Amino acid sequence: MTKLNELTIAEARDGLAKGEFSSIELTQACIDAMDAHADLNAFIVSTPERALADAEASDKRRADGKTFGPMDGVPIGMKDLFCTEGVQTTAASKILEGFIPPYESTISGNLKNAGTVLLGKTNLDEFAMGSANLTSYFGEVKSPWAAEGDQSARVPGGSSGGSAAAVAARMCPGATGTDTGGSIRQPAAFTGIVGMKPTYGRCSRWGCIAFASSLDQAGPMTRTVRDAAIMLGEMAGYDAKDSTSAKVEVPNFEAALTGDIRGLKIGIPKEYRIEGLDPEIDAMWQQGITWLKDAGAEIVDVSLQYTDKALPTYYIVAPAEASSNLARYDGARYGFRAELEKGASLDEMYAKTRAQGFGKEVQRRILMGTYVLSAGYYDAYYKKAQQVRTLISDDFKNAFQSVDLILTPTAPSDAFTVSGGEELDPLAMYLNDVFVVTASLAGLPAISVPTGLSGRGLPLGLQLIGRPFYEETVFRAAGVLETAANFDVVPTMLRGE
Amino acid sequence: MSLDKETVRKIGVLARLEISEDEVEGLSKEMNDILNWFEKLEQVNTDGVAPMASVVNQSLHWRKDEITGGEIQDKVLANAPDSEDGYFLVPKVVE
Amino acid sequence: MSYYIQGETGTWEVVIGLEVHAQVTSNAKLFSGGATQFGAEPNTHVDFLDAGMPGMLPVINEECIRQAVRTGLGLKAKINLRSVFDRKNYFYADLPLGYQISQFKDPIVGEGEVVLDYKDKPSRVVGIERLHLEIDAGKSQHDQHPTKSFIDLNRAGVALMEIVSKPDMRSPEDAAAYLKKLRTILRYLGTCDGNMEEGSMRADVNVSVRPKGSDELRTRCEIKNVNSMRFVQQAIEFEAMRHVEVYESGGEIVQETRLFDSSKGETRSMRSKEEAHDYRYFPDPDLLPLELSEEFVEDLKSRLPELPDDKKDRFMTEYGLNAYDAGVLVAEKETATYFEEAVVERDPKLVANWVMGDLFGALKRLGREISDSPVSAKHLGELVGLISNDTISGKIAKDVFEIMLETGDAPEKIVEEKGLKQVTDTGAIEAIVDEIIAANPDKVEEIRGGKEKLLGWFVGQCMKASQGKANPGILNKILKDKILG
Repeated sequence: MTKLNELTIAEARDGLAKGEFSSIELTQACIDAMDAHADLNAFIVSTPERALADAEASDKRRADGKTFGPMDGVPIGMKDLFCTEGVQTTAASKILEGFIPPYESTISGNLKNAGTVLLGKTNLDEFAMGSANLTSYFGEVKSPWAAEGDQSARVPGGSSGGSAAAVAARMCPGATGTDTGGSIRQPAAFTGIVGMKPTYGRCSRWGCIAFASSLDQAGPMTRTVRDAAIMLGEMAGYDAKDSTSAKVEVPNFEAALTGDIRGLKIGIPKEYRIEGLDPEIDAMWQQGITWLKDAGAEIVDVSLQYTDKALPTYYIVAPAEASSNLARYDGARYGFRAELEKGASLDEMYAKTRAQGFGKEVQRRILMGTYVLSAGYYDAYYKKAQQVRTLISDDFKNAFQSVDLILTPTAPSDAFTVSGGEELDPLAMYLNDVFVVTASLAGLPAISVPTGLSGRGLPLGLQLIGRPFYEETVFRAAGVLETAANFDVVPTMLRGE
Repeated sequence: MSLDKETVRKIGVLARLEISEDEVEGLSKEMNDILNWFEKLEQVNTDGVAPMASVVNQSLHWRKDEITGGEIQDKVLANAPDSEDGYFLVPKVVE
Repeated sequence: MSYYIQGETGTWEVVIGLEVHAQVTSNAKLFSGGATQFGAEPNTHVDFLDAGMPGMLPVINEECIRQAVRTGLGLKAKINLRSVFDRKNYFYADLPLGYQISQFKDPIVGEGEVVLDYKDKPSRVVGIERLHLEIDAGKSQHDQHPTKSFIDLNRAGVALMEIVSKPDMRSPEDAAAYLKKLRTILRYLGTCDGNMEEGSMRADVNVSVRPKGSDELRTRCEIKNVNSMRFVQQAIEFEAMRHVEVYESGGEIVQETRLFDSSKGETRSMRSKEEAHDYRYFPDPDLLPLELSEEFVEDLKSRLPELPDDKKDRFMTEYGLNAYDAGVLVAEKETATYFEEAVVERDPKLVANWVMGDLFGALKRLGREISDSPVSAKHLGELVGLISNDTISGKIAKDVFEIMLETGDAPEKIVEEKGLKQVTDTGAIEAIVDEIIAANPDKVEEIRGGKEKLLGWFVGQCMKASQGKANPGILNKILKDKILG
């Protein structure tokens, strides 16, 4: 029999509904799995007591016939970027160590109101800045995957690496992620799970610690496309507290999984066949094209001519916004304050607190962001980047005149090792986001679906990008891709359990 | 464009990040590499292109003029490193 | 009448521009639901956004948008249907977000004007450059503790309108008149209470000088947060003189921010604030551009109250008042309302004189506002009515007014009870005149001998005998007839 912690959200929902097991049993199984794989460092804070109390309340609701919805009683991980009332929230930064929010973010609140059980706060790159989960103040996260014949620890990707590792290692059937430049999709690809970044504005940003406001978007990380659809349904919705939240209806995403994509037009952007593209990645992409074609989709070549400008654009816009968003962490009102010498000035408090409180990568991005906004450079960098961003967005608009979706690889490689990641210079690390930043810059919905293994036995994913607010179409095609790929390989670490 | 060590120090002051002397050299190099990479954008003709102002076509939501917050002094101060008599305390500001 | 500074090398003209921060009248803050009320316990009017807590987001208060547009319309300014909120980035103890949400490149209101009126010289038009919305900072107190500053964020996030004038003023008097007029307009519109003591109106003053006759704009200095009209004038006088002295001794003025020290009446450099100033403005990604429809603006325009300039013009044409009197009466909306209530069916000039003279004097003496006047507009009108229909003399009216101040009674009631009604019965007056003439035959002879000045003495005696109630016109005529024939 399948262990309870290995169930998908849909299976858990159905099992709970049929009374096959209780939420307490399901939750306990997840807590046990968290304990068993504590070495992955997927969680910054575990909340087992809270989880069991949540589960008990859910079981009681069920007994009273008053369940809140499909996810009632389902345990989840919460990326530690979402403020959770009464539970430490740090963005994986020393500067917020010990910060207990007196409020609940809209996303975590929506999931709470949906009856989900909070297992804990998942690890991430500090302030969600990273592609390997190596920058967390609370230590790196390890993937449950290893390459064949090489037991070196692999990165889970980032920044939602804790959520990815937790879901891949069956500690929970679903976890929240946030995606600023690929932070849901890239770790999903690295760990063999599904990661969905919805349209910008679909999920409220209120109470989610900001990295880059015009890019940040929350989304679900699950093991199946169906689960992602169910979970997004509970997260999404207009929020009057977020001025950039979209006033659009939340459809029944799960109902979109018809398995029928006949006549759907899938665009293949030639610019994504970058110079030196790993043949394995290319082969995976070609396989995806074949699967969709076989299912009745029409494959169309499209051009996204500014693709190669997306990375530098992203690495100007995101740090610029971040440099301003992170100014509030100054040691005055909450979080870490550096020890100061007697008679130290306010500016010394700021400079020391921020230098000691932020890690290297965060500091580097704050400095870059400050520089590109500074007098004399604004036009050359920030304004220019926002103009190029318009062009990138227009590129997609044009492409979507003739196609419904765009298919690309998610990442340019499979997961690298932790030590290999540590040796990468910042620029080489940034190149990891090459296929994922474009949808972020244009605010488009995009999903990564696990579709196969690399030659050395590590997961690979493919990405589907859709029109704004056409998540249903994205899910529908992703479901087809998932069925065709039939990816059922268990992470190395879990084999033989 | 290049970023010399003096500029790195200046940016550090602007961003209120203390940068030690032995970090300056390395930062200057790393940031220069990134800046050189940004030069890719110079090739793009952006004449007459409006900078992206909003990601999604939405109109700004307006709130009613109602008092819906405040009166939560305890919560506002709960995480403060230093507070007294309802105030946040910071090192003395000399004006 | 122009203001020039006579230096050693020549005559200098002062060029002044004002940036006024006016607190928007609203219940809640510009982007949060925290209250705006003044004088609360520290950090009680603070919402999570105002404290810069992680993940908090701004949502704009619709009333603040309306207030800014109303103000723009009141300044006869262009309303920009699309404006953008930017972040002004800097670190300070009372700036919890690490940036101020403001409008930099695209403000909500563009160019407009304010007309300044003077008693004895032609009006001056001061151009408005722009008006934009922004949030206020909190307040730091530095005198509570030897090594620590105390931070109260109650004001943080309160909506301000920054109203920037063109450098169109040429004297401290202009600057004061501009501030006064701006305050009047804001109060008419109900968009700012104009209370300078509580800081709901604060001015930054830009000053430069140039040789008389030149039209160049020399380097200016900005004097921060000058919080009374008197200080604005003092600060300008000092700063302009400083510039002249620097130029005349061969020096150069450095563009900088200066602080006005009201105890010494001088300005001093705030170099600390200048250091590494680079605000790194960029559009706030938490907010979308603010878009207004023509209909929205038209609707506000159609419901705008009568503005001081329009009211002044109407007072001149409708009531025949001169420009100065009309200007004084409309300077405060409450005064104008009082006047209009009192003037119904009365002599406008007489009512105006009573309001600006006796009433203003009495209110000043009593330390009360016109809205809180012990003499109601209706009663003052009635008092003027009693003078006009000869029921009482102007002199008796002053006594009646004093009693009205004390009792709040209607003038008619006082006149009735105290028997102050003017005597117009010629027979009764004749009797008094006869009596006085009979008692002073020598003085009568002196008048008839050409010493007509003595007639005044007779008037006084008769008035006294009538306890001031004799109608002066009738009394005069009878006296003349009886003595001079």
